[in-house]
Amino acid sequence: MSTHSAASYLNASHGIASWLFTRDHKRIALLYLISLSLFFALGGMFAGAIRLELLTPKGNLMSDATYNKMFTLHGVVMIFFFLIPSVPAVLGNFLVPLMIGARDLAFPKLNLLSWYLYMAGALLAVTVAVTGGVDTGWTFYTPYSSTYSNTNVMATAAGAFIAGFSSILTGLNFIVTIHKMRAPGLTWFRLPLFIWAHYATALIQVLATPVVAIALLLVMLERGFGVGIFDPKLGGDPLLFQHLFWFYSHPAVYIMILPSMGVVSEIIAAFSRKRIFGYDFVAFSSLAIALLGFLVWGHHMFVSGQSMYAGLVFSVLSFLVAVPSAVKVFNWTATLYRGSISFDAPMLYALGFIGLFTIGGLTGLFLATLGVDVHVHDTYFVVAHFHYIMVGGALFGYLGGLHYWWPKLTGRLYPHTWARLAAAIIFLGFNLTFFPQFLLGYLGMPRRYHVYPEEFQVLNVFSTAGASVLGIGYLMPLIYLLWSLRSGAKADSNPWNAKGLEWQVSSPPPVHNFDQVPTVTEEAYAYAPADKGGS
Amino acid sequence: MPEPHGALAQQFEDLEQQHESATLGMWLFLITEIMFFGGLFAAYAVYRSTHPEAWHNGSRHLDVVMGGINTAVLISSSLTMALAVRAAQLSKKTALLANLALTIAFGAVFLGIKAIEYHHKLEAGLVPGRFFTYVGPDLDHLQLFFLFYFIMTGMHAFHMVVGLVVLAVLVVMTLKGRLLGDFYKPVELTGLYWHFVDVVWIFLFPLLYLIGRHG
Ligand SMILES: [Cu+2]
Repeated sequence: MSTHSAASYLNASHGIASWLFTRDHKRIALLYLISLSLFFALGGMFAGAIRLELLTPKGNLMSDATYNKMFTLHGVVMIFFFLIPSVPAVLGNFLVPLMIGARDLAFPKLNLLSWYLYMAGALLAVTVAVTGGVDTGWTFYTPYSSTYSNTNVMATAAGAFIAGFSSILTGLNFIVTIHKMRAPGLTWFRLPLFIWAHYATALIQVLATPVVAIALLLVMLERGFGVGIFDPKLGGDPLLFQHLFWFYSHPAVYIMILPSMGVVSEIIAAFSRKRIFGYDFVAFSSLAIALLGFLVWGHHMFVSGQSMYAGLVFSVLSFLVAVPSAVKVFNWTATLYRGSISFDAPMLYALGFIGLFTIGGLTGLFLATLGVDVHVHDTYFVVAHFHYIMVGGALFGYLGGLHYWWPKLTGRLYPHTWARLAAAIIFLGFNLTFFPQFLLGYLGMPRRYHVYPEEFQVLNVFSTAGASVLGIGYLMPLIYLLWSLRSGAKADSNPWNAKGLEWQVSSPPPVHNFDQVPTVTEEAYAYAPADKGGS
Repeated sequence: MPEPHGALAQQFEDLEQQHESATLGMWLFLITEIMFFGGLFAAYAVYRSTHPEAWHNGSRHLDVVMGGINTAVLISSSLTMALAVRAAQLSKKTALLANLALTIAFGAVFLGIKAIEYHHKLEAGLVPGRFFTYVGPDLDHLQLFFLFYFIMTGMHAFHMVVGLVVLAVLVVMTLKGRLLGDFYKPVELTGLYWHFVDVVWIFLFPLLYLIGRHG
């Protein structure tokens, strides 16, 4: 029942203005895709500089001040301007209305405003690369950021602050849309898990982002006016900043990973031709992760001087987050059991996600343990851990989703062999880059230094070699996806033979998505004939 | 934000869906505002508990009469705002205009009094940073208190200014004959926002002005 309108959203109107002033969620998704790709490339270049410097134990490529700026810019760009928006802004924007049978998000103008806010924040922040740099780390810890750093902290913090409102508005838009605009028959428990994941993510965006906004605002005020909000000299408390910052920035990890979990649920079901095992549990685990994620921020402050009692409580709560995370991993694995699995590129990313997220999650438990954390705090163990979550998890989900829905976004197919090869190279490159960092950290190599003892060189060489492989892996999709826009075979409405409303409209979809609002009569993932799910 | 004309936007099935979405969107927005101010209030609470003396003394430097008058002014503005919503629902154009104008007037009076207070503090050398020249017996951490006074009331005043701009837009729309009857939704949503900003003040007033005045 594909609806073949004459014009798709891509060719319904022409000219740059028709894109810059569009209110179509699908076009806004593409605006995000293009801008996010640019900032990802920029963040990747900073990472490349870091890895190149760490090839040798001596600081022979750049000064320590430059190195500080490199890792700060890498963190700021990748976290605030790539990972936080990534899946929701691109895939969520494109798919939330399509998946629930709506013609657009509830507030299309607000959606466009989100993109402009994102661009304003991101461009402002990256101008610091040429206006003095910034060396506080992405965490902006006071009093260094507010008083002592003589780099351009202001513009960076302002950029993150502005982009924060983009994130808030996206979340607000998703929540209202999911509540109010579902097609007839599309009950909550018929929703794709992608929608549940985005709903949970949106809750965090709406509830946590304002808190980091006020924290960054206070830093800017303190820096701009020389007043001591977090300055102990005037009775201020630097720990307060850390509390406010991590109250957002721990849940922010789930802003990055939850949408990717939603992507993985879609892919696993489609490529094993099965219902998701324990749908309700996977759906509620998203909400549980969102909720528990608000209660664990203190695990970033075990050695910052918070009370032992607080440390203990935060440690226990951090262990609890592992439960809903594990529920997801077990249910995905159970879904694979006896499925008819095909190993297309999206599936390779999804399987990669499960493995890497498991490693990232389990090493997170090491870090949630008070005693172990004291040993490996601020070492490469932590760096490796969060890259397994953010790259192995969030980014793999993003790439998997991009490959899964690319035919829907563009109406074109990409070469599957190249895509499989790229997925394999990225997986290998990633592990070669970051697994040695677990060992380095455990052996005691501290993060954020560009000079290190010689005994760490071998593992660092492995890591840098891995980063090169990873870089090549990232370039491949860039090339063949762009190639597919012109030369790829035309995709029909449902190239994966998948379930879900987004596959019932043409590829690329018509401007208003559905000529007639669809009525939903079955649950999500009705791949097998109606038996009880999971068998 | 809702479509300004109250007409049906293409993404919605009917006006009811559109109205419900707009209302939910505004409530969510207010929740983000609560979290935003919540961070400030949390910081206030931390420092008040670590420096109770400074907070006590700082509070006594504030003009409770002006603060009290402003509280009354804001509560009155909430009343006229509520009456404006009612007037819009009942399609009473003159009453709507009158109540919107009154709300704007009350808001302006509030900001005026606030400006006078700020000026007094500047003259007394109580503005933090390089203007902080106050010399007195209870100097310890007094600056920190005034930092929070200015940030919290300043943030509140900023929200008032935004509210006044939106109210002015509503006045223009009313003059063009919109916002009446079925199209009252923007007035109601602005009202929600306005009441929220008032409630923030209802918390700020005792937390800043009154804590030094018991016993
Ligand atoms: Cu954390």
